[in-house]
Amino acid sequence: MADTQKLSQLTIGASAVVREMPKQGPAFLRLREMGLLAGTSLRLVRTAPLGDPIEIKVRGYHLTLRKSEADQIVVEPSSAN
Amino acid sequence: MSSDQKASTPARTPVYALCGNPNCGKSTLFNALTGLKQKVGNYPGVTVEKKIGETYSQHGQPIKIIDLPGAYSLAARSPDEAVLRDVLLGRRADTPQPDRVVCIADASNLERNLYLIHQILDLGRPVILVLNMMDLAAKSGIGIRVARLEKELGIPVIPCEAVNGKGLIELRLAMSRSDLPLPRHRWDIPAPIAPAVSELAASLAQNDRKPPLIARAEALLLLTDQDTVRVAGSAALTPQTASILQQWQKRWEAEGTDWAGTLVNSRYDAISVICNEVVQRQAVSVASVSDRIDAVVTHPVFGWLVLGAVMTALFLSIFTLAEYPMNWIDGHMAGLSDWVKSAMAPGDLRDLITDGAIGGVGGVIVFLPQILILYFFISLLENTGYMARAAFIMDRLMSRVGLNGKSFIPLLSSYACAIPGIMATRTIEDPKDRLVTILVAPLMSCSARLPVYLLMIAALVPGDRVPVASKVGIMLLMYALGTLGAFGFAWLFKRTLLKGEPPMMIMELPPYRLPRLRDVALQMVERAWLFLRRAGTVILGISIVLWFLSAYPKAPQGATPTQQLEQSFAGQAGKVLEPVIKPIGFDWHIGIGLITSFAAREVFVSTMGVVFNAETNDQDTTPLRQALLQARWPDGRALFSPLVCFTLMVYYVFAMQCMSTVAVVRRETNSYRWPAFQIAYMTGTAWVLSFIVYQGGRALGF
Ligand SMILES: Nc1nc2c(ncn2[C@@H]2O[C@H](COP(=O)(O)OP(=O)(O)OP(=O)(O)O)[C@@H](O)[C@H]2O)c(=O)[nH]1
Ligand SMILES: [Mg+2]
Repeated sequence: MADTQKLSQLTIGASAVVREMPKQGPAFLRLREMGLLAGTSLRLVRTAPLGDPIEIKVRGYHLTLRKSEADQIVVEPSSAN
Repeated sequence: MSSDQKASTPARTPVYALCGNPNCGKSTLFNALTGLKQKVGNYPGVTVEKKIGETYSQHGQPIKIIDLPGAYSLAARSPDEAVLRDVLLGRRADTPQPDRVVCIADASNLERNLYLIHQILDLGRPVILVLNMMDLAAKSGIGIRVARLEKELGIPVIPCEAVNGKGLIELRLAMSRSDLPLPRHRWDIPAPIAPAVSELAASLAQNDRKPPLIARAEALLLLTDQDTVRVAGSAALTPQTASILQQWQKRWEAEGTDWAGTLVNSRYDAISVICNEVVQRQAVSVASVSDRIDAVVTHPVFGWLVLGAVMTALFLSIFTLAEYPMNWIDGHMAGLSDWVKSAMAPGDLRDLITDGAIGGVGGVIVFLPQILILYFFISLLENTGYMARAAFIMDRLMSRVGLNGKSFIPLLSSYACAIPGIMATRTIEDPKDRLVTILVAPLMSCSARLPVYLLMIAALVPGDRVPVASKVGIMLLMYALGTLGAFGFAWLFKRTLLKGEPPMMIMELPPYRLPRLRDVALQMVERAWLFLRRAGTVILGISIVLWFLSAYPKAPQGATPTQQLEQSFAGQAGKVLEPVIKPIGFDWHIGIGLITSFAAREVFVSTMGVVFNAETNDQDTTPLRQALLQARWPDGRALFSPLVCFTLMVYYVFAMQCMSTVAVVRRETNSYRWPAFQIAYMTGTAWVLSFIVYQGGRALGF
């Protein structure tokens, strides 16, 4: 697999594809139910003024989550979009 | 599931549930169909309780519709989502179980919206799919092949624009059909999980006595939510079912099967297959308006400036714009009172009308313009989409006190009124976080405090020579004090009483929308009406009762009005309280106000109106502001000295004085303990801080 990194380390405006979602924890189940699955592409839109949380665009809508969750999501940067 | 079945014609009035993701336009559609006035706003979680309405079929037959809170999944995470699940699964005793479902999807975001709908299709009930927000979809270059989608799902699919009423006729037509088809739902439960689902469903049907399709849906829910108590609702699972579930979970854990994830993935796989067929995307490269607004609003520097500017504009307009209508109302009330005085013979009845009714109610109604301005601003925040951004910006700060940005939305709503604020806490997932938010929400200065603050500011800085800025400054100080208090106590409670995990913050940020004039106007009219109704009922009632309590028992002939008031029932009650409140600078007159305003804070103003009107027995009606300035202690000192006015405001920032809030907290926490605790800690804090302010102020020579 190509270079992977944490979602929280993505630069603003960059696109990526989710490679791994943690299996445990209600937060990640909810994120999956909202469409953030392995293989889903997303874009990091911005971070909040105080650095946390972050805002991503996924499946055509804007979603915010905290860095503590984003830390555990592995993504592969992509050039698409 | 077979595809050619037709639902039998229901004999009774058909009941439709409106289901969909949060903020997809359910309430807008509900209002358009029923003519009712459910609150609409551009952020997820506006509706938090079901609402039943009625509309008519094409042939004039009645149809029941239930507006529901939005949810992302039937596996509910928060109390508002649980309402949708419980109504849909027929678990609510107070709601008829819907026999048909209108699913609403935001067409600009079909995949995620279809997840919940996919779960609902499992229930095997006739479904109509509404594709709402077609205008937005078109703008972002998304086309949907409706006929194709209809064929894929085997149900009527209706493109709609609920805000413009487009598609409503077609929807009503579909809802009038007696032969709604059952969905053709091709979805195979993933192989590793299928045996568990059928075993659980069988047990649920047999042991827990659930209808077969509901049993299957509940079996699936049990597998996506670790918290079985939450899924089962009020009736716990039978031991048989619980043990089957446990066995399977143990086995999967040993094998390393990610059962919940597999389920979600397989649903999204099925959805992708459909969407690949029906969704046509065209690249639109222009950055959306929403993105450009957000670049400013959530900017590290400008973001805070915008927030500050909005607040300043709000308070400035409360003081400047409201002046004219306020003087107008004031003048008419005084005129009315003088007219009654000239038209009626002197006596108790005349005094009851002028001092009790007009003096009490009039004193409160004067503040209608300010309250409308406040609501205007809040409904702008709610309808543009700024509310969700405020939560986004504030999340970091909220995490310092142990809550998350979502808690900020109920707190912001509480600036209008704590009751909708407390209702809005239903969107918070963690029960402890929700409780903490409920406990501190009434500390946010609500609109009922506005009359008290304004009266006190008028008494504190009399005359028009004082620049507006200083009045605005005092007002901002009170709001800041309440907000800081709320954060401080939240921090304290999260550290002591209600320790818990740091919460997650997962929230959708909707695109900005131009607020519809209709929504804003409706909200204001609604609030104005509520306010006037309260003035005409509670406040009028209390004023009349209070007038009697202050007019009887009658003092002997020749007593001054002050002596009369002093020995009346109300006066005696105030005197009982006086020893407690003297250390914070209040006398028994104010004591009467503190007692009556337990009903509602603005009653303080009407009470002062009644009490001081009774004391000044002249023919002309003096405005309450002046009557206050003339009030004296027995030793001749002014009662409403600037320090006392200020202390009184501080007291009202913190004291819990609202019966309706107490009642709502009781219902939402389902206990008497928490509202009792809330009254104690808030009113206790109010006294202690007032003591510090008053005694400190005196020591400094004020
Ligand atoms: N552009 C556009 N906006 C719409 C349409 N329908 C609704 N809206 C807007 O979408 C927002 C949400 O509408 P609501 O009716 O409150 O949504 P809801 O589904 O009841 O939301 P919750 O109660 O929070 O679950 C409001 O700002 C509406 O004005 C539509 O067809 N097109
Ligand atoms: Mg709604």
